[in-house]
Amino acid sequence: MRFSGLKVLAEGLTGNKGWGPHWRSPEPKAEYDIVLIGGGGHGLATAHYLAKVHRLTNVAVLEKGYLGGGNVGRNTTIVRANYMLPGNSEFYSHSLKLWEGLEEDLNYNVMHSQRGIINLVHSDGQRDAFVRRGNMMVGQGDDAEMLDEAGVKKLLPMIDFEQTRFPIFGGLYHKRGGTARHDAVAWGFARSASDRGVDLIQQCEVTGIDVEGGVVKGVQTTRGPIRAKKVGMVAAGRSSQVAAMAGMRLPIESHVLQAFVTEGLKPCLDHVVTYGMGHFYISQSDKGGLVFGGDLDMYSSYAARGNLPLVEHVTEAAMTLMPQIGKARMLRSWGGIMDMSPDGSFIMDKTDIDGLFVNTGWCYGGFKATPASGHTFAHLLATGTPHETTVRHRLDRFRTGAGIMDEESTGSQHNLH
Amino acid sequence: MRLRCPICGERDVREFYYQGAAVMLERPAPDAGEAAWDDYLHLRENQPGDFEELWSHDAGCGAWLKVVRNTATHEVKSADLAAGGKG
Repeated sequence: MRFSGLKVLAEGLTGNKGWGPHWRSPEPKAEYDIVLIGGGGHGLATAHYLAKVHRLTNVAVLEKGYLGGGNVGRNTTIVRANYMLPGNSEFYSHSLKLWEGLEEDLNYNVMHSQRGIINLVHSDGQRDAFVRRGNMMVGQGDDAEMLDEAGVKKLLPMIDFEQTRFPIFGGLYHKRGGTARHDAVAWGFARSASDRGVDLIQQCEVTGIDVEGGVVKGVQTTRGPIRAKKVGMVAAGRSSQVAAMAGMRLPIESHVLQAFVTEGLKPCLDHVVTYGMGHFYISQSDKGGLVFGGDLDMYSSYAARGNLPLVEHVTEAAMTLMPQIGKARMLRSWGGIMDMSPDGSFIMDKTDIDGLFVNTGWCYGGFKATPASGHTFAHLLATGTPHETTVRHRLDRFRTGAGIMDEESTGSQHNLH
Repeated sequence: MRLRCPICGERDVREFYYQGAAVMLERPAPDAGEAAWDDYLHLRENQPGDFEELWSHDAGCGAWLKVVRNTATHEVKSADLAAGGKG
């Protein structure tokens, strides 16, 4: 289905009865060249790039629920390229460039808004760290700019500069960072993949992975067996459950991350702001709601909901940064299942089973990676070799200790990220 | 979420520090090899449902607890001293 100004006008005058679905809903075929397990942002993006870049369309995306119903539909929509370490730096740089051309590529309005991200500075040490990070971002070819206190005040008049505990001295400004409409990203990739011939199969849960003699042969599903030459596991927080069907254990713990949104308010925050002292970040959606979140609850969870101590912590940070938030009503909060890796960086690799590939470990930052995750996973599936931006994201790096990518320098251990 | 510390009684989850899977109690020998240490440090079953894990009662008695908790519902089934015994 396509949109145009004329069609919007015509439909508006005739009761909006002529809109059709964005993608086909085919019955699963008996066999595909490639089966992707997981119809979230990354799975759908992989399908799009398999079809568009590699001309592989005998592909199915199997989704146990509905398309885009997992983390791509329940995140805080931030898009940025401010990573520091080799490996992550070039990958997220690649991703941001794909974001910048995404709407044209998909012919779909994903409301990508490069409103800029400001990381607030509260101490000399933090300023030094951000100068270093900013220099590494510039060195990667992305943008970064240090703001002094007056510079931040000009951009963010609504935040409280008079805090006695964590006064604001400046900020690291990443202008090309911003937000996007998360659901539209999933829908845009889905429509493109479907139009190019990829079968998107919803309500189809994978219940087994068939392996014979160390080679993947296909999958068992609630809609019958499907043979496949290659299988890609793209199941985010449920990666360990999928991998267990192939007898694998992953270096992943699933944790809960909560996020919050207020009622719609008049424009008061033009950028994405991070407030590291409260482990807090906030932006304002196009509908006017303040969207914010903080840290993980910090225990393993598949519940897709968190507990009250984190709600209290996050709202305290919100009130410290922007006391006027106390006058707004909280509309809703939710929790997503995060695939946490030991070093906080993602994993994209072959497995020991021939034809079985894994894409996981996005921790709490998978949304910004969506286009590049799809682009590079499609490259891996199609060619059998990692894309140049994911050569470091090996599954065995934890076992060998070589090539750990620990952005926070806290150590490569499960409870530290 | 509340945990019942065998020494202090039922307390708010904020009093506890989370270590992770109770597999951390089975530390391999220093020369057990790369695979054993990878198992211990990184690889996890990570399935929804009842899960054995380690919590430390940091803001209480400081004891390490072995807790069985359902990761799909957050229901805490039991909490015993990791060192053995019921406190």
